[in-house]
Amino acid sequence: MTTPVLECRDLRKAFGDLVAVNGVGFSVAPGETYGLLGPNGAGKTTTISMIAGLLERDGGEVLVEGAPLTTTSVATKSAIGYVPQDIAIYPDLTGRENLRFFGRLYGMTGDDLARRMDEVLQVVALADRAGDPTREYSGGMKRRLNIGIGLLHRPTLLILDEPTVGVDPQSRNAILESVDQLSAAGMAVLYTTHYMEEAERLCDRVGIIDLGELKAEGTRRELVSMVGERDQVLLALAGDLEGAAAACRALPTVHHVSTKDEHVELVVDEARKTLPAILEAVSDAGAAVRSVEVTEPDLEAVFLQLTGKALRD
Amino acid sequence: MRVALLIAAKDLRQRLRDRSAIMVAFVVPLGLAFVFNATLGGISTGGTSFRYGVVDEDRSQVSAVFVDDVLPAVQEGGAIRVRTVASEADGRRMVADGELSALFVVPAGFGSAVEGSDAARIRVIGDVDEPTGTQVARSIASRFAADLNAVRVAVATVAAPGETPTALEALVQRAAATATPVEVVDVNATTRELDTTTYYAAGMAVFFLFFTVQFGVASLLDERKDGTLSRLLAAPIGRAPILGGKLLTSFVIGTLSMGTLIVATSLLLGAHWGNPLGVALLVVSGVLAAVGIMSIVATLAKTSEQAGNWQSIIAVVLGMLGGVFFPISQAPGILPTLSLLTPQAWFLRGLSDLAGDTGWTVVLPAVLAMLVFAVVTSAIASVRLDRMARL
Repeated sequence: MTTPVLECRDLRKAFGDLVAVNGVGFSVAPGETYGLLGPNGAGKTTTISMIAGLLERDGGEVLVEGAPLTTTSVATKSAIGYVPQDIAIYPDLTGRENLRFFGRLYGMTGDDLARRMDEVLQVVALADRAGDPTREYSGGMKRRLNIGIGLLHRPTLLILDEPTVGVDPQSRNAILESVDQLSAAGMAVLYTTHYMEEAERLCDRVGIIDLGELKAEGTRRELVSMVGERDQVLLALAGDLEGAAAACRALPTVHHVSTKDEHVELVVDEARKTLPAILEAVSDAGAAVRSVEVTEPDLEAVFLQLTGKALRD
Repeated sequence: MRVALLIAAKDLRQRLRDRSAIMVAFVVPLGLAFVFNATLGGISTGGTSFRYGVVDEDRSQVSAVFVDDVLPAVQEGGAIRVRTVASEADGRRMVADGELSALFVVPAGFGSAVEGSDAARIRVIGDVDEPTGTQVARSIASRFAADLNAVRVAVATVAAPGETPTALEALVQRAAATATPVEVVDVNATTRELDTTTYYAAGMAVFFLFFTVQFGVASLLDERKDGTLSRLLAAPIGRAPILGGKLLTSFVIGTLSMGTLIVATSLLLGAHWGNPLGVALLVVSGVLAAVGIMSIVATLAKTSEQAGNWQSIIAVVLGMLGGVFFPISQAPGILPTLSLLTPQAWFLRGLSDLAGDTGWTVVLPAVLAMLVFAVVTSAIASVRLDRMARL
């Protein structure tokens, strides 16, 4: 079994009487993207601030590549690339100067730094504006540079704290694609968000956090099955509606069938896998399929069931 | 140290791109020193001469002392130019036309009044548009009158009862002849007093120093506001180099500002700063004291704007108390003593000591005093700064 890039156990933090994080623990493997999904104020930023060594914790332990990390750790922090929620760049400096400064802070120098800056500028698509002061950048460009700085020193663990907040759809897509590529290249990514779609799209595993506690974690499928949710398939048919319904009932992965007007509604396991068999059964029963609509239970539903409230409440 | 230098270099690069920082550090103090020098500096430098006329309606031996000895002696110093005017009416017209800054009128009977017991007065008629020149003229006349009074007291004291009038007159004339001529002179190497140009050049430099050094320490608050502090804290560096970098930035900007102003005021205004090593010691210790004090103020604030406001108030209060606008040592009451609680006063005192002695060691008491300020305030600031550099 490979050593997790990040392992945190029983993290605790209180600000006065307010318990911000209470016993949070999870691990992130190499090449894995782990999402912390929760509404604003759930404790995501406090959690990753402790993990990144920015904030003293009241209790718990953080191990990065097996080495303990605290606010005073120096060497261990080299393994982490941190991208804060706020855009943390110097507006008076150019994009390249920002990269150079932070690269040097991480001990990079000379040709290695110059090469890596060029690579990162390509990754975040800012090569043609690298010489401009960042105050002249658009919000999306600043966000991309913000991420680029976190990538510069080739960290093994990249921590992204809500990197798409306030970003236009195009830049958001670009950011998500970049994270996908980094994960595919073997980087461990810890990604916090309150956007369910981002967690579903990017993350291999998701931890659902609310009121400072990790309510559940697992793959999307595991989380969904944890609360007993199944997929819904709505078929618009022409022909023998009842015959098609009976054929579907005979399939082992179909749990419930109902008909209404010219539609058959099914509750099934893993609709994407079952759908070919359903369509074949309907066709064999003499009905023609006019349209198919699949509704999979999402993390929003899971969150609702676990916490009794919606993600965006 | 590498990281502290890196952070300081980044901060300096940012500051150099900030025009307001350049203005505060270099342009404004130089400009104000120039203005002060232009308005007040002529007396000592000889760069601006007041134009005076003198009318001797008395034509006595005593009035001749004033017209032929005192005024020429002052003129020799280069601060004034004196011409004889035929009558008071002519002189008044010349003052009204702006040809003269002021007119001295030695009225008829002045000499006999001096030799007798009547009050003797020299009248000064000044140009309303030249109050400084008029004030200087009054001072010259007052000083001469004071000398005459001293002579009268001396004569009254030493003259034996029953002295013959002839003997008394001889005594008066001998005493009057030895009266000290009024002098308005450039500072020389033995007076331990700065000339006006150097005084205001140094005053403005040390006054704005306290604004200049704000940038380094207060930028920690900007880093917090802009989110870059969290990025610094996430980097594989300790907190100490971050704080060290900020303090170093303040020190470098302060030293650069002072150095530039010293060179500029020497070349452009003719300021005489004194022994270079002594000046360097004063500058370094003064900058350290300023950094320490402004650091404490910055640590009390929550935002850089708040820090800037508080630091400005402190800089102005300490500057005024320290005598950067006027020599506080001439102020009445407890003020001269209170001024020693400011690094500005010690800085100016050190420079004054340098003006009176060519050796650099004379600045050591002032340097030591400013280093005490620096050590105490930096120690307090370090504790508070360490708290600032946390989330």
